[in-house]
Amino acid sequence: MKAALPLLALATLLASCQREDREYRANPVTAESQEKIALSPLSAGPSPPAEVRTGMGKNYEENAFHVAQGKKLYIWFNCNGCHANGGGGSGPPLMDDRWSYGGQIENIVQTIREGRPNGMPSFRGRIPDDQIWQIASYVRSMGRNVSKDVAPGRNDDMHPAPAELRRPPGSVVDGGQIPPSAQMPQ
Amino acid sequence: MKRIAPVLLLVLPLAGCQGWQSALDAHGPAARTLADMFWIFTAVLGTVWVLTMGALLLALRKRRVAGTDPLATDPATERRMTIVVSTAIGLTFLTVVALTGISYGGQRALYGHRDGAISLLVTGRQWWWQVTYEDPQTNRVFTTANEIHIPVGEPVLIKLESVDVIHSFWVPNLTGKMDAITGRQNQIVLQADRPGVYRGQCAEYCGLQHAHMGVLVIAEPKEEFERWRNRQIASAQPPSDPERQRGMEIFMSKPCVMCHQIRGTDAGGKIAPDLTHVGSRRYIAAGTLETTRGNIAAWIVDPHGVKPGVQMPTIQLEPDEVQPLASYLEGLK
Repeated sequence: MKAALPLLALATLLASCQREDREYRANPVTAESQEKIALSPLSAGPSPPAEVRTGMGKNYEENAFHVAQGKKLYIWFNCNGCHANGGGGSGPPLMDDRWSYGGQIENIVQTIREGRPNGMPSFRGRIPDDQIWQIASYVRSMGRNVSKDVAPGRNDDMHPAPAELRRPPGSVVDGGQIPPSAQMPQ
Repeated sequence: MKRIAPVLLLVLPLAGCQGWQSALDAHGPAARTLADMFWIFTAVLGTVWVLTMGALLLALRKRRVAGTDPLATDPATERRMTIVVSTAIGLTFLTVVALTGISYGGQRALYGHRDGAISLLVTGRQWWWQVTYEDPQTNRVFTTANEIHIPVGEPVLIKLESVDVIHSFWVPNLTGKMDAITGRQNQIVLQADRPGVYRGQCAEYCGLQHAHMGVLVIAEPKEEFERWRNRQIASAQPPSDPERQRGMEIFMSKPCVMCHQIRGTDAGGKIAPDLTHVGSRRYIAAGTLETTRGNIAAWIVDPHGVKPGVQMPTIQLEPDEVQPLASYLEGLK
């Protein structure tokens, strides 16, 4: 029993071999995903619309690499031109919880690929399918809809103030109980 | 035979002294300064090493005469040793100061600010170089990628920037390394004394395809350079034969246009290499493949097979679309 303990401890180290999979090379033969997404949540009859969600969205949403790629592509393909950094502009905001056409990743993929009325262009044939999934997973991360260890950090230039290290040195004031940083703004 | 092998191994590095992408085969003033400095340092420090080892061997081999008192002092020997040791210390000091001086002089020669008649903005990107030729006349500004043409004998100012991670611009035959850092601009001067093709390479590890981030510097006589520049400024000619026309239609209807620019067409992407005159460049994919129709086709069909991790995605193409597309791009001279 006593010999087994260190062995067990060593064996737990093996768990660290688990590494997130980065898929650089999407399958070029894969056609569009097989998702069948209804445009409206309403349906005739008692049941909701018949939809097909294959669950492949999970591969993207739960993968930090894909979400980070999506963040880069979001800027590259000028999504921020209308949606800003998620706060919205001429396009609707993406970081709130209001989704005109559904907030699940399959719906967002469909929105990007097919476009939507009143301004959202269709990117079918313009952005490869796997990159659309990456962008959609990043859009999901804006509203904190993906887990925190996957969501990418905020850009340095988006912070309200420079990092403490980069601020100019403050002046030293002798005496008093309230440090200058806590005093009323002049 | 066994004796020869280590000697051969020692001789092997000498092969690096000649030709293609060698810092010791200098073709420009900056590279010559560096090569001279390398040889001076090697010669001086080599001599010092040989002398030190000689002195050590002498000391090891010299035996004390048996029966003498090791603690006995001899004023004559003492005096001689004092002179020898002081001289050695003085020479060491002198060597260090001289080498520091040479190094300082070299730095001044390399990084002194000079205005080139031609200035280029070179942006390091994962994993290729974007090159913009600046000009006071804005309609003569143009962008190309991975291939820099310079006139022989003229200093050319290179302004280095980066948009993602730190890269380093290094054309060993012409000049030393200079980092391309995000958020700031570094400058280096490129000058070639002889016409020729000089290969450069990213010299700061920058990700998966760092090794495939080459740049080609082509030095040519002034008239030839001007001819090249005028050709590059011009927009792409619309293709005349039906195959290439079909290729252009395919290019415009595919994801290519999201990232690539071909001046004179609707393709206006700015995040991937400008393809206006891609057929005139010697290599594609940052010095990875020679520009041939076959290589272009191979690259489009499977970029990740050539450069795993590259930013170019695999796009969906029908089998009969590859040939016209490659043919169109190859013809963009």
